[in-house]
Amino acid sequence: MDKLVKSEDEAMLADNARGFLDEAAPVRALRDLRDAGRTHDPALWRRICDMGWAGVLIPEDAGGADMGHAAAGVLAHEMGRTLACTPFLSSAVIAATILRRIGGERAKSAMAAIAAGELTHALAIDEAHKFAPEATAMTAERHGNGFRLSGKKCFVVDGGFADRLLVLARTGEEGLTLFDLPADRAGITRTAQGMIDSRDAARIAFENVEATGDDVLGQVGGAMTALKPGLEAGQAALAAEMSGLAAGAFDMTVGYLKDRKQFGQPIGSFQALQHRAAHLWCEIEVTASAILNAGRVLDTDPNEATLAVSLAKARATSTAQLAVMEGVQMHGGIGMTDEYDMGFYMKRARVGSEWLGDYGYHAEQVAALRGM
Amino acid sequence: MQDDDRLNRFRSEIRAWLEENCPAEMRDGRITDDAICWGGKNWEFSSDAQRSWLERAAARGLTVPRWPAEYGGAGLSRAEEKIFLEEMERINARPPLKSFGISMLGPAMLQFGTPEQKRHYLPQIARGEIRWCQGYSEPGAGSDLASVQTRGEDMGDHWLVNGQKIWTSYADKADWIFALIRTDREAPKHKGISFLLIDMDDPGVTTRPIRLISGASPFCETFFDNVKVPKDRIVGEANRGWDVAKYLLTHEREMISSGGTGLSGGRALGAVMAQMAGEPSAQDPVLRAAAIRCEVDALATGLTIERYKDMAEAGKGVGNASAMLKYMGTELNKRRHELIMSACGSAALEWDGPVGNRAADWLRTKANSIEGGTSEVMLTILARRVLGLPGA
Repeated sequence: MDKLVKSEDEAMLADNARGFLDEAAPVRALRDLRDAGRTHDPALWRRICDMGWAGVLIPEDAGGADMGHAAAGVLAHEMGRTLACTPFLSSAVIAATILRRIGGERAKSAMAAIAAGELTHALAIDEAHKFAPEATAMTAERHGNGFRLSGKKCFVVDGGFADRLLVLARTGEEGLTLFDLPADRAGITRTAQGMIDSRDAARIAFENVEATGDDVLGQVGGAMTALKPGLEAGQAALAAEMSGLAAGAFDMTVGYLKDRKQFGQPIGSFQALQHRAAHLWCEIEVTASAILNAGRVLDTDPNEATLAVSLAKARATSTAQLAVMEGVQMHGGIGMTDEYDMGFYMKRARVGSEWLGDYGYHAEQVAALRGM
Repeated sequence: MQDDDRLNRFRSEIRAWLEENCPAEMRDGRITDDAICWGGKNWEFSSDAQRSWLERAAARGLTVPRWPAEYGGAGLSRAEEKIFLEEMERINARPPLKSFGISMLGPAMLQFGTPEQKRHYLPQIARGEIRWCQGYSEPGAGSDLASVQTRGEDMGDHWLVNGQKIWTSYADKADWIFALIRTDREAPKHKGISFLLIDMDDPGVTTRPIRLISGASPFCETFFDNVKVPKDRIVGEANRGWDVAKYLLTHEREMISSGGTGLSGGRALGAVMAQMAGEPSAQDPVLRAAAIRCEVDALATGLTIERYKDMAEAGKGVGNASAMLKYMGTELNKRRHELIMSACGSAALEWDGPVGNRAADWLRTKANSIEGGTSEVMLTILARRVLGLPGA
């Protein structure tokens, strides 16, 4: 297996991404978006697609760059650092991975549209307040040659503006089936959720939505064949985003420790704060190893990646939460103000913790695979 | 791909070699201090198997796989060493030899020693003939290690050493000691220390064990009373011993840190939890949750040790960040052993109870976050030297 060190290409990608995002998508950009009452920035996504990031997991013959999951993690990490508001995970990671696994000409043209930024996808899975795909209750009843979908989804990230929805539904005895539907199909009603992180999410109601066999991704009753790799790719990239978020909050905090003076000296000279900061740095370093490892395993042994991915998401969740809590504490009162960016990091960390499985979900996956 | 072929070939070779040479009795996976050979002039082998396992491994250079062949090693690359360790683990082999010569003095001597010193001392370490101990701490120099007061007076052809060391692990069983000695009392504290090699049989050296809470006595006090140390028994330059000491400490910290990850200790916690299936502790949701959290952290810490080795190999300096491995690894190990004790319940409360001597292992781990630099010293090093926070 490749080493747990960034390759030269990955290091260069990280540098370029950082340079671009610091200019085009600093936390300020998310704040402006929020203040304007918007949850999506098409102009930013356009520029990102023009740089080829949306094709990071898409084969070259479909117009992608095919750089792999470790590289996708590098990009997600950098986007997490500045809280860049994009559908990268929904569209370029989760949907692209699912379509790639499905294969065939239609999937190829859909991937080409994702890479070019012509189409965005959102994944509609959750129905209750925790991630539990196996417990999906939404139905897809056989009707004529096709299906009729009825049920409700919530916390559909990027679901408020996505062009297409990947929808998980239960098909009678056959089990779970994944549908790929245009978001404007008759019977679909989207309601925006006003999320704490100022990003997009929607509640989506499906009332007798007609679907044909062509709308099914993979086999009827065989959703997990393509969905599982898609989810794992998404979980790994989300973990990478959260590690970037933790790094962003940490850099801000260390900067403050050096600048802020009390009792006539920088507060960073006090051992109580030094030890809090150093401990946080250690947690961030340990999590970084799990993130890079998940990317490497997804690239070399994608069918055996569950342990690596769940380890990464579990660690990223706890580290990001620690980073933002310590961030506010070490900033003191100013960390509680809306004017300061730390609150944006804290809210995104909370949303990222819940999306695609929380700490408990992923720690249980690790336990099961370790025989505990 | 050529690399892969070469490594695959190496794996088959090493697997065949182990099959032929590792005695069956040495394949019980035991890694506690009493099961592993530590070598030295006075070592009493617990069995013929232990003796022949050491001799065969040493003859193949595999007691110190990464050292150059001319100093008793096998000259393996890190990728090859990893394969060797995986193959050892596959058959549950005990390490053939463990010693502070291998993990501490050797790396420092490879870096700072003269060619003569390397040729003289390293092969004896590799063959397990000489057992070393470490003379660093003193009663008045713990966390503030650079304030050591044991002094070496320059007598022309030798230093005359007087003073006291403490926490000298296994000094009562060691043949030699490497020690930090103040050879210039006028210089600033970091600039007046020399790294000397002292024969424990020299007149004036005495040592006595310190009994610990675990009932064992791995640590000693060692006294020097007018001990004559010839001038060629120094590693590095006179009064520059702190450089050697710091370099050695990074190795020591990495060694101590690996204890918590399960990499060197097997899957102890997971295995204990699995064994407890059907016992009350397996049904305890609070204990199980804590054990799973610990397992998550142990796996990630193990990957971090791997990542830092990969970084070092790629020429990316690791330096002070080894303090992170030491801090995280040892705090984790303490957590792990608390949970093992909880999982075993009252079965672990006897010195030689039904589950072996878990209590002694548990008590021993309490020293992990003290020895080789306390957790608090590690955090201060990280805050100042890695994060660049200002001094008080």
